[in-house]
Amino acid sequence: MRRAFPILAVLTALFLVYAFYQALWVAPTDALQGDVYRIIYYHVPSAWTAFLLFFINFIASMQYLANARPSTALAARWIVIAIGIVGFVAPFIPQVRQELPTGMYPSSVATTTLIITGLYFVIGKYFVDQDLDVLAVTTAEVGVVFCSIVLVTGPIWARPVWGIWWAPGDIRLTSTLVLWLIYVSYLVLRRFSDSAQTQQLAAVLAVFGALDVPLVYFSIWYFRTQHPQPVIGGGGSMDPRMLHVLLISWMAFLCFAFLVCWSRFRLEKLRREAEEAEALESLLEIAAPSSAVKAPIGGGSK
Amino acid sequence: MRSFWSIAVATLTKDIRLEWRSKDALNAMLFFSLLVVVIFVFSFDPLAEESRHIVGGLVWVAFLFAAVVALNQTWARELRNQVLDAYRVSPAPANALFLAKALGNFILVSLLEALMAPLFVIFYNLRVLGPAWQLIPVALLGTWALVVNGTFFAAMSLRTRSRELMLPLLLFPVSIPAVLGMVAGTTNILTGENPAHFYIVLLLTYDVVFTTACLALFETVLQAE
Repeated sequence: MRRAFPILAVLTALFLVYAFYQALWVAPTDALQGDVYRIIYYHVPSAWTAFLLFFINFIASMQYLANARPSTALAARWIVIAIGIVGFVAPFIPQVRQELPTGMYPSSVATTTLIITGLYFVIGKYFVDQDLDVLAVTTAEVGVVFCSIVLVTGPIWARPVWGIWWAPGDIRLTSTLVLWLIYVSYLVLRRFSDSAQTQQLAAVLAVFGALDVPLVYFSIWYFRTQHPQPVIGGGGSMDPRMLHVLLISWMAFLCFAFLVCWSRFRLEKLRREAEEAEALESLLEIAAPSSAVKAPIGGGSK
Repeated sequence: MRSFWSIAVATLTKDIRLEWRSKDALNAMLFFSLLVVVIFVFSFDPLAEESRHIVGGLVWVAFLFAAVVALNQTWARELRNQVLDAYRVSPAPANALFLAKALGNFILVSLLEALMAPLFVIFYNLRVLGPAWQLIPVALLGTWALVVNGTFFAAMSLRTRSRELMLPLLLFPVSIPAVLGMVAGTTNILTGENPAHFYIVLLLTYDVVFTTACLALFETVLQAE
């Protein structure tokens, strides 16, 4: 870890510089919007990264809650497997296939479901007990940062293109803001909680927050709004060169997010270890008072 | 199952009787929302045509804030004399307690709405242009959406510092889709320009999803110290 971290940090920095170069010089200029559109190379990757982090937070919170009892853990595992199977098979059934919005392929839906199911088990395998909670805090904090980037770059782009900073009627904009608010309240709860079971309470709130995410995502399909139609799998078409740069940019952002999460994860774990050690020390002190205090008591009893 | 409902009904009648004798929450809520209405009347002085577009928002903002008053005292009452601790160690199902509390709040907030709605009509000279009966499902579903999550988060905020402040901080972000549904639905019905069906379905979905989530997770919240 100690050796890998600086190397990865340098590589990520180089990758980010490369993505920046691609976004500003290599990607072609948009015919309608001009150069201002280039902000999407920051806006969209941040949004995807934030959503991914919030999703990991949801899975970690679910697992944390489910693992409280072996029966619920088992039930949760089977439910996830069932969702995975249904999600993998359903898109290929003709009736369901017709319902899919244009541009969304059955194979892509099936793969996404498989990845989601896989993520649940990968996280369950490598993170146990308190680590799940640490993962949840980490992803929520970093996710809020990326979500803030989305909410700041969005209006900067909207002002020249739409002519307004903020479109209150735009449900996707509003939903991202709501998502941001929910996760900020999640962090506030963690800070203000007096309870010894803060982890459980926070996990419960995370589940509530995640139930809002389908509203965010499906609102893209169900509401016709001022927002440009989604680029990936949406009705809109995008120059393949632009898409290429967008994906490179996303990869760079993912590496960056991973790096930040990793260091935050370690920091949080160390903080908890230090706290536990402190608590243990004070307990030991109560059980066996230090020699200076002990001597007179011992002398007195003799 | 019989005992589940008998416990729920017993808790509900106890709460209603307490409220009936003291009328603490109801009076505070009524006066609070009356103040909100009056302040809104001074802040905006709309024509009848404009008021149709804004009253949906005003009504629900007033009810949302007033509901927080009721929700905050839901569990605070049980903290006195360690009633909540007694409940926690008793074999009674946690969800019975939760449903009773949620229903109690639902009755209280619905009563408030029934009493306050005429005032809005008077102050803003309202005349409904759309199908007025649809206001009833919007109001019922919207109130349940507020109250079910509100009761849940009130129990959660018991475990935090400055709990009265925490409830809105936890409740409002999650409630935004429901508030959107209530406000947009009410506005559509008042103006009669667009159908409100979509919002009724949205509220219904919201209610089903979050009622299930509350019932599934309430035990965890109740047992937290």
